[in-house]
Amino acid sequence: MSNSLRPYLSAVRSTLTAALTLQNFSSQVVERHNKPEVEARGSKEVLLNSLTISRNESERVLIEPSINSIRMSIKIKQADEIENILCHKFTRFMMQRAESFIVLRRKPVAGYDISFLITNVHTETMLKHKIVDFIIQFMEEVDKEISEMKLTLNARARTVAESYLMAFDS
Amino acid sequence: MAAPQVFSIAQAPITCHAFNGDRSHLALSLNDTKVDVYTKQGKGWQITDTLSEHDRTITSIDWAPITNRIVTASQDRNAYVWSQSLDPDTGRMVWKPTLVLLRINRAATFVRWSPNEDKFAVASGARTIAICSFDPENNWWVARHLKKPIRSTVLSVDWHPNNVLLAAGSADTKARVFSAYIKDVDKRPAPTVWGEKLPFNTVCGEYASPAGGWVHAVGFSPSGDTLAFASHDSSITIVYPGGPTIHTIRLQSLPFVTLTWTAEDTLVAAGYDCNPVVYSGGLDGWSLAGTLDDTVGATKTGGTRTGTVGRLNTAAFNAFRNADTRGHTSETVTDTELHTIHQNTITSVRPYEKGADGTVARVSTSGVDGKLVIWNVSAVSAGGLTGRLGAI
Repeated sequence: MSNSLRPYLSAVRSTLTAALTLQNFSSQVVERHNKPEVEARGSKEVLLNSLTISRNESERVLIEPSINSIRMSIKIKQADEIENILCHKFTRFMMQRAESFIVLRRKPVAGYDISFLITNVHTETMLKHKIVDFIIQFMEEVDKEISEMKLTLNARARTVAESYLMAFDS
Repeated sequence: MAAPQVFSIAQAPITCHAFNGDRSHLALSLNDTKVDVYTKQGKGWQITDTLSEHDRTITSIDWAPITNRIVTASQDRNAYVWSQSLDPDTGRMVWKPTLVLLRINRAATFVRWSPNEDKFAVASGARTIAICSFDPENNWWVARHLKKPIRSTVLSVDWHPNNVLLAAGSADTKARVFSAYIKDVDKRPAPTVWGEKLPFNTVCGEYASPAGGWVHAVGFSPSGDTLAFASHDSSITIVYPGGPTIHTIRLQSLPFVTLTWTAEDTLVAAGYDCNPVVYSGGLDGWSLAGTLDDTVGATKTGGTRTGTVGRLNTAAFNAFRNADTRGHTSETVTDTELHTIHQNTITSVRPYEKGADGTVARVSTSGVDGKLVIWNVSAVSAGGLTGRLGAI
């Protein structure tokens, strides 16, 4: 783990632990409804200040807490266009299968690549520190995953180019 | 120093619990639309009745110890008063609901009987508190509303021992003391430190949480002369209305969601840190006395905390064993159990049993992990918190 990644992840971890203090909260706007206040934004007083943790200009995390849900969005590092495309495909692949990830949101918040929505139902049915672990692990893995994909893509491109140019080799 | 009694009721969260007067019965709701009534049998609890009338999650239950009536509040905007009567067909005692005309249009969030058990207060998401009293003509409970100046969902209420004053904590970051005087029910109350003339809906005090957090829990001291409230900005505030003297304790830990007084100078609070903590003090100041959840004692009662192999239960041994049996290296050791008895947020702490001197000797807690624990209030371990932090 590189030097700046460790404090970054530990800052995210402690912020998430503090933000995941959720309770069941029925809507005060609509009768007999109970929805994530961070998404509904019906009443201002149950939303807390959102918080951005950035490692550098291309990697940051936005955490928006509220009384019964938090929304966490991640901006994944994208150095060049290939990483741009890979990141888009990768997050799209996961968000299309958001049900199996339970806490994943189907669309990212504007300006971010992937978003999680954790509600009080999740903290009631799952262990809180395990949810935090999952997200931290995701953040660790996603960079690795994308750089690995980039390497395989480059290697494949090289092989393809070689075998294509072989035809012109007399 | 008796160890706490732990009852694993279910795998689902316990939203709220209430004991009857002699603590032989227990009413609780497992985060659904039913209230289960349990009876003590030997060392465990056996389910004997199910009260199902609500059609949304139950938010709060209270059991009147003398009149033996249960009041339940739910997110379906209703409350019911349940009383036991003899069923002529089967000869069994059955619980029958009585209608409560709450006249609120949002979820009911919290309910408590008044000390004399002739009225109860229902907090709600409609920015009101309904004070309900019985109307014998129509055989239902009618409500009067405390409205001003509440600006958001009321999260908790607590009655003053004089049966008139009511404290309320709400999501608009304020704790307030109201008068809930109802002419037909109450006699003229004697003047208290909170005020002398108390017509309905008098605001006797309004206290903001120190850093603008939702007020999760409020509580009057046994004499009613002191008010404590816990808020989401990780603080406990204790208010002496005379001066007024206000003591704020800021916590190192995650916020508390529930608290109860055990004596005039001590209170027990619990919340997202999963262990009940005791504070003590007086007019001069308040401080942490310790935690009830002693890790050493907990290991004994909890049983399977870690796979203990004799004395070889050191960090290094565990690291090597994990590497050997599971292929884990030490940094990815899976740790699915917390070092506390409750494994998730404690949502409710209530007085369980009074001692000979009139103070609360034992408290009961229930939480999201489906456990109900009865703690001995005197078993405070001062080194508990720091000891545990050192152990991690």
